[in-house]
Amino acid sequence: MTVEYTLFPLCEYAVTVRFSDRIDEDVNDIVHQTAARLQAERKEGIEEIVPAFSSLTIYYDPLMIDYIGIGAWLRKNIRRSEQAVRRSARTVVIPVCYGGEFGPDLPDVARFHGMTEDEVVALHSAGRYRVYMIGFSPGFAYLGGLSPRLATPRRSVPRTKVPAGSVGIAGGQTGVYPLATPGGWQLIGRTPLKLFDPHREKPSLLAAGDIVAFQPIGADEFARWSEEHD
Amino acid sequence: MIDVIEAGLFTTVQDGGRFGYRHAGVPAGGAMDAWAYRLANALVGNNGDEAVLEATMAGPTLRFRVEAVVAVCGGDFPCTLNGRTFALWKPMAVEPGDVLEVGVCRTGFRAYIAVSGGIDVPPVMGSRSTYVPAQLGGLSGRPLQRGDALPVGVTHGRRVIGRMRWGLASAARRYIGGKTKTVRAVPGPEYDEFTPASRRQFFAARYEVTTQSDRIGYRLSGPTLALVREREMVSEAVVFGTVQVPASGQPIVLMADSQTTGGYPRIAQVAAVDLPILAQARPGDFIQFQPIGPEEAMWLYKEQQQRLARWIAAIRRQWEGER
Repeated sequence: MTVEYTLFPLCEYAVTVRFSDRIDEDVNDIVHQTAARLQAERKEGIEEIVPAFSSLTIYYDPLMIDYIGIGAWLRKNIRRSEQAVRRSARTVVIPVCYGGEFGPDLPDVARFHGMTEDEVVALHSAGRYRVYMIGFSPGFAYLGGLSPRLATPRRSVPRTKVPAGSVGIAGGQTGVYPLATPGGWQLIGRTPLKLFDPHREKPSLLAAGDIVAFQPIGADEFARWSEEHD
Repeated sequence: MIDVIEAGLFTTVQDGGRFGYRHAGVPAGGAMDAWAYRLANALVGNNGDEAVLEATMAGPTLRFRVEAVVAVCGGDFPCTLNGRTFALWKPMAVEPGDVLEVGVCRTGFRAYIAVSGGIDVPPVMGSRSTYVPAQLGGLSGRPLQRGDALPVGVTHGRRVIGRMRWGLASAARRYIGGKTKTVRAVPGPEYDEFTPASRRQFFAARYEVTTQSDRIGYRLSGPTLALVREREMVSEAVVFGTVQVPASGQPIVLMADSQTTGGYPRIAQVAAVDLPILAQARPGDFIQFQPIGPEEAMWLYKEQQQRLARWIAAIRRQWEGER
């Protein structure tokens, strides 16, 4: 596959490389491969390489490298003949206590799809989800791969506070709230893991390119996890 | 230590920013008005990246328990030290027991209160900046409250006696004033997708800064902006100064604490050189966007950095004279 891309300056200190204007697994693979290669070929003045769905953005020090220099460096390191290789991505297992007080919307989601709660849990935890990118808020992963059979509209009235670790569904997306924030997602469970911890060496549990699997756990196990990791 | 007698409206600990974590969804943050921040630090003899207090609209009242040099730069906040007028944009020695009162801002919106040695809260992810949305950095990740005590770093060691009879010329603060702020901006990645009328309006009309404006973003109010054709956008990187337009057609300028990615069309990017002007805009002020090209924006930014370096070099020379 021939890789087409466009380069444009985002601001005085960042340039975006855009491969496509849609969400696609092959394109996202190329984003991650390219990000990894640029990371390996990093030179002085390159500050951050941040992948998104179908683009990546390079932050640099404009007093050290100019836009022309960045463009030349990018063109040298982005291969036109890139193959979308399914890398051996890291799989991160996220334990989730589904339903009950942790997943107050599980009954509604089950009713919406004419399923039992157990069927929703089985379907959700059988999925393998790709982390397309991290964004929106610290540690928030945009996950792809939700079964269309679980796609559920957002709640009509958002909650003023969704606890950190809540696992939800919004339209065709599923995700985990890293921080306690307001939100309109349908909450089906909660993980005792911290998706974002500023005091960890890697503050975000998930990284772009990871594969996520959800593992159902009971309330007692949730309590044990929380104690051990607090 | 510095005791917080009154916290002010929204006072946070800020430094030059938290870099290297955009991939984890954490924005750079840091002082909104980098110009005033850098000069305030230089005026107290700091190296440059020390943490300061960023005051918003109504400043704090602080009692010092240590000897230090203090400077306040930014908007026109009336300040007093032990009840006597305290000039902005100049260094001042304080002694234990001295009370600095930063009042209600007359023009501009934010002030930077720098202390020799810096505000010495523990760095989180490489920065002392407060990022309120994730409650990290600063003082427990939140704005100051009455009764807080702020640790102060080790100062440059030499005792400064009396008042320093110098400060920055008014040229350093010329960008602060005015109810209508002219801000240069480069057409954004989705600029061409807006209707010709919207493109014209954006640069012709004035947009009011609404009360829904904070360190994350300013919601503006003015002529509605529309795309030629609505389309589903794929989220991409956004930064401080990105002007995005949600479905309402009313633009939002993203500020220092904005999220790292966004899914709304970006009509423009405010030139970095003019971000300090934007940081000093308050609700009720008007923004007049003026189009420039990316090369010009870059050139202006570099020129501003050189100007800043010259001011800082001049301040350092003054300090050499004091010691």
